[in-house]
Amino acid sequence: MSIGTRPLRFLVDLDHEQCMLCGRCVDNCSYGVFRMENNRILISSRNCVACHRCISQCPRDAIRIEERPVDYRNHPVWTAKAREDIYKQAETGKILLGGMGNTLDYPIIFDRIVLDACQVTNPSIDPLREPMELRTYIGKKPKKLDLFRDPSGDVQLKTEIVPNLQIETPIMIGHMSYGAISLNAHISLARAAAASGTFMGTGEGGLHEAIFPYQDNMIVQVASGRFGVNIDYLSRGAAIEIKIGQGAKPGIGGHLPGEKVCGDVSCTRMIPEGSDAISPAPHHDIYSIEDLKQLVRSLKEATEWKKPVFVKIAAVHNVAAIAAGIARSSADAVVIDGFRGGTGAAPTVFRDNVGIPIETAIAAVDAKLRAQGIRNEVSIIGSGGIRNSADVTKLIALGADAVYIGTAALIAMGCRVCGTCYRNLCPWGIATQRPDLVGRLDPDEASVQVSNLIHAWTLEISELMGAAGINSIESLRGNRDRLRGYMLDETMLSVLDIKPVGA
Amino acid sequence: MAITKIQAEGIHYTRLNQMIRKAAGSGAEEIILEGVMGQRFIADGLTGSVQITIHGVPGGDLGMFMRGPTCVVYGNAEHAPGNTMDDGRIIIHGSSGDATAHSMRGGEIYVRDDIGYRGGIHMKQYQDKRPVLIIGQEARAFLGEYMAGGIILLLRRGRNDSFSQRGIGSGIHGGLIMIRGRVDEWYLGVGARKHEASKDDMDLVIPYIREFCNLFSEDPSSYLSSVFTCIRPASARPFVNKYTWE
Repeated sequence: MSIGTRPLRFLVDLDHEQCMLCGRCVDNCSYGVFRMENNRILISSRNCVACHRCISQCPRDAIRIEERPVDYRNHPVWTAKAREDIYKQAETGKILLGGMGNTLDYPIIFDRIVLDACQVTNPSIDPLREPMELRTYIGKKPKKLDLFRDPSGDVQLKTEIVPNLQIETPIMIGHMSYGAISLNAHISLARAAAASGTFMGTGEGGLHEAIFPYQDNMIVQVASGRFGVNIDYLSRGAAIEIKIGQGAKPGIGGHLPGEKVCGDVSCTRMIPEGSDAISPAPHHDIYSIEDLKQLVRSLKEATEWKKPVFVKIAAVHNVAAIAAGIARSSADAVVIDGFRGGTGAAPTVFRDNVGIPIETAIAAVDAKLRAQGIRNEVSIIGSGGIRNSADVTKLIALGADAVYIGTAALIAMGCRVCGTCYRNLCPWGIATQRPDLVGRLDPDEASVQVSNLIHAWTLEISELMGAAGINSIESLRGNRDRLRGYMLDETMLSVLDIKPVGA
Repeated sequence: MAITKIQAEGIHYTRLNQMIRKAAGSGAEEIILEGVMGQRFIADGLTGSVQITIHGVPGGDLGMFMRGPTCVVYGNAEHAPGNTMDDGRIIIHGSSGDATAHSMRGGEIYVRDDIGYRGGIHMKQYQDKRPVLIIGQEARAFLGEYMAGGIILLLRRGRNDSFSQRGIGSGIHGGLIMIRGRVDEWYLGVGARKHEASKDDMDLVIPYIREFCNLFSEDPSSYLSSVFTCIRPASARPFVNKYTWE
């Protein structure tokens, strides 16, 4: 091969003075970086993906990992990634796949938006002594309420209220399938959702019986492959979500490689072991908003109109018009996944180049639905690259009812965002089906970590709200006056419908 | 036998399904629907073993998610009967629309005459669940597209020319399509390959042919003496060589 070997991505270095030869690095590295020979640890740096499992387990802090110790000649256009992608495709002639979300350095709009706080004239609220209302209801709201007085003189509600999901915090856990992540990861997230009074998505991987105890906190997904979907599955979920698209790969389907379809995964997806699970790009029964309406209604009919039905789309150019169509399809919530959304595997050209940021998508959808007078018809759930409670607060102020977190919840369980989820070697036991690795993730601990994260963010959101003089999340939703754009241009300010700082 | 009759004309599908569930729940073994005029989702998500006899034209997604019941239609059915159906039977004394048996994962669908485009799309099988779609006459293009399991059997009643609809088994990665007579190579979709049916292949489908003829009072001999073409996936993993890792 005339291209030859490329420089190391990571150089792993061991301080032999510090090393006590305990061998934990050898045992823990699933990528085969370390081996013990003649009472000495030898290192194959080329295998390293910087998952940091060795670092986390080394009792002597003897391991050092350096990124790109020998880089290419610096060039602003022909970056190392640009060159290496070409080498790889020149060698293989194939589509490049990668894990986790968008890797390009687009400006993050969240970081160009600042929040407001009260001073003097409008006193802030102390959440320690004042009640803060963070409870949210996801689903359709009636346009108006009809009341009547019953014979005893009491006022009763005449309007029929359709089922909503009650969440105690605006943070939910997004759809990551069992198959893409391990059963222990799924159990941990499900327990955290139940403990936090919120909900979690199943992804398109069916529902393992170990999750049944948490089914009241699960949103079951129906995607184009219809994997794991039958009437029991639909009936178990608290809500049903139709997945049209995903922020990491808008417009294309998904393939779970046969290597990850082990006995149990095969069982929940209801497909043969070792076969690829192929979710086509479109649903074969949806080619229009009218068809979508039919699928929404078929799911409602099947569950006797007892479950809210969500529709998830990727944030793309015409997201507002599409969401307006979804709002008229009988769906109860529209989920919008921005272009920073995570994934186990996606073609990198899609992951890095297709779709729009969640901040603009939520602002545009909220504005469009309000303009059409149908904002009450659906709840809006935003996702894709939400890193902290400030992002959650800003997204709600831009018009979201709630958010889904995905990668953040995985990080709470130990994920280091090494981006090699597709190799089935996740040493943290998260994105793998290898039993020895899955066993490393203890659901008792991991579920507490995820609920800690949700709890901490929820506390911060109530502090931010209190500082802004807001005591109910209802008053934060779409409250753009609480946001100011910092170093955003005029067109971006107008898309977000916010004022610049100082105005 | 406990029979419940329902006059369906002018009744919304939600109300109609409520009536069907109520009748099935109170022990009806057969529910006869008269005057069905395009109501969608009949028997959607219904379980049990009730027989629903439908006079008229049921709308889209007949028997969607259904597990167990039998739907007998005296008339044509709209698009996607048996969508994501789990188990049970749909017997159509007439024709049905596009995406018949879409994502079906179990049970049997018998269509006496024709089906539309993309019949049996993404049918799949698992363990003892193998869905079967049997069509008496003709199917349109993209039959068995994305098929992952199960059997599609196209009998082409009265036809002796070769089957000439495009994209047969396009993206197929499991299951079997059997078509009576010849199929030209040109009409196969990406990832599909064909061969003449062997004795084993015939043994697999003969019980279904006999049952089809039994249901529609036909003589099976002309089918049983015919040559069939089998269409199968070229690979169970059609995408394995398309990608490389970052």
